[in-house]
Amino acid sequence: MRESLVLLAGQLVQMVLVVLIAPGITGVVRRVKARFMRRRGAPIIQPYLDLIKLARKESVIAENASWLFRGAPYAIFAFTWVAAALVPTFAAGLMFNWAADVVALVALLGAARALLALAGMDIGTSFGGIGASREMMIATLAEPAMLMVVLTLALTAGTTRLPEVASFLISAPFAVRASLALALFAFLIVALAENARIPVDNPATHLELTMVHEAMVLEYSGRHLAMIELAAQLKLVLYLSLIICLFAPFGKAAAEASPLIWALGATTLFLKLVAGAMMLGAWEVSIAKMRVFRVPEFLGGAFVFAFIAILLAFLTGEALQ
Amino acid sequence: MTHAYEVSRFLAGLMLLASFSLLCQDRLAAVLNTFAAQAVLLSMAVGWEAWTQDRPHLFITAALALGLKAIIIPVALRRMVDRLGLTRGVDKVVGVGSTLMIGLALTSLALLLVLRVTASAESFTREGLALALAIVLLGLLMMITRRSVVTQIVGFMSLENGLILAATGARGMPLVVEISVAFSVLIALLVFGVFVFDIHDRFEGVGVEAIERVRGDRE
Repeated sequence: MRESLVLLAGQLVQMVLVVLIAPGITGVVRRVKARFMRRRGAPIIQPYLDLIKLARKESVIAENASWLFRGAPYAIFAFTWVAAALVPTFAAGLMFNWAADVVALVALLGAARALLALAGMDIGTSFGGIGASREMMIATLAEPAMLMVVLTLALTAGTTRLPEVASFLISAPFAVRASLALALFAFLIVALAENARIPVDNPATHLELTMVHEAMVLEYSGRHLAMIELAAQLKLVLYLSLIICLFAPFGKAAAEASPLIWALGATTLFLKLVAGAMMLGAWEVSIAKMRVFRVPEFLGGAFVFAFIAILLAFLTGEALQ
Repeated sequence: MTHAYEVSRFLAGLMLLASFSLLCQDRLAAVLNTFAAQAVLLSMAVGWEAWTQDRPHLFITAALALGLKAIIIPVALRRMVDRLGLTRGVDKVVGVGSTLMIGLALTSLALLLVLRVTASAESFTREGLALALAIVLLGLLMMITRRSVVTQIVGFMSLENGLILAATGARGMPLVVEISVAFSVLIALLVFGVFVFDIHDRFEGVGVEAIERVRGDRE
């Protein structure tokens, strides 16, 4: 009884923790980008201040907006939050780990994305429509690649449940796994596309005809915008911790751990998240955004990587050992 | 010992990736660079094999791959492109997306075929052979999906990279055969070069449309 209470507490801590650090991670990315451009950049806590400011402001809603437009930000935030809370971050074996299935995560994020696209089209502005259509194009290309990556991991570890995949990868003897390396590349490409990061979309601007994510949320303001921004920041943390969980899981607390070891796991996680955010910032300043019609080729690359990863997993018998 | 296998599989996998990358390059310069990179990977794979399996004569093969295919042939092709003043774009018959899909299908075919046929053979040889067959098939695909003669030559050479990879995995391939294969490829390049220049002079272009017209394939 007491044990399960501890596990539940750990789960709650994780739920709160991911929301608390999400704006900070985005702040780190922005700061790193600014420093690379020899600007001073906003302080790392700026996204928090922005969110507070937005939450206080009045929400301006178009006359012809339906209930969908008003409800979507909360639902999107809820879906993303559940998904982010399920990814094993600082410890394995928390209360709801049995639900942390990669396929479930993909479904949760897909639901959030569908809502966002619907809300983008709800007002009937052309920007919202074009953003929604592009978002859906990117999604139809990114999701097959994502599922291929999931299949590679499932073939290697024998399960699609994240905690078990992670513990398998920690415990397995060291090996040069070609299939996992390719799967990592594919996953990185998918993560960049899903988070509207630079080669696919530019998160820092409103004034480009090529924008995707920003075009959909252009009509939102006030607390609705705060919810959507926070959901996007959570999604970034989610993908970073997914990459950490699947491809660099060392230093995570084991299933039957005490709060002290959890604290240690949380510290390593925090360091890894910050390192990931810094790498993302460096990546974003070093390349240019590509044309929207080049994106299919970019994501097709992810699909090819993931497909070869699966073939290699079969070929070399890494599967189902 | 298992790590030695893993590394050579990894290198062979990278070569396969280079083959896919060849299929989707847009520019001739990028095609030639990718081809050179694949040759470097090949020489690394062969060199690794020579080192871990203690078969020193393979070092000669590795050196040949590095010298001929990573340096001499790309440079020669580059000069050919410059002298003919070819347009830098690659003329594709099939779009990138469908080419990649066909390539994936061919790769799966190669793997399934080799794994099925050689069920009784030693496991490492099978894997190397399967990857090499996939590279050969992708080279063929590149030859039939391009219109420009230069990219078709690159397709042929990358096919030959796959052959050398297969030959390295198979034990008992005599050195003489490997060297003669390497030099025959070089001679093939010379012959190709003579023909390309001749075709260019006669038809004022190196696309294969002229042949199709002669054969009556196209009005």
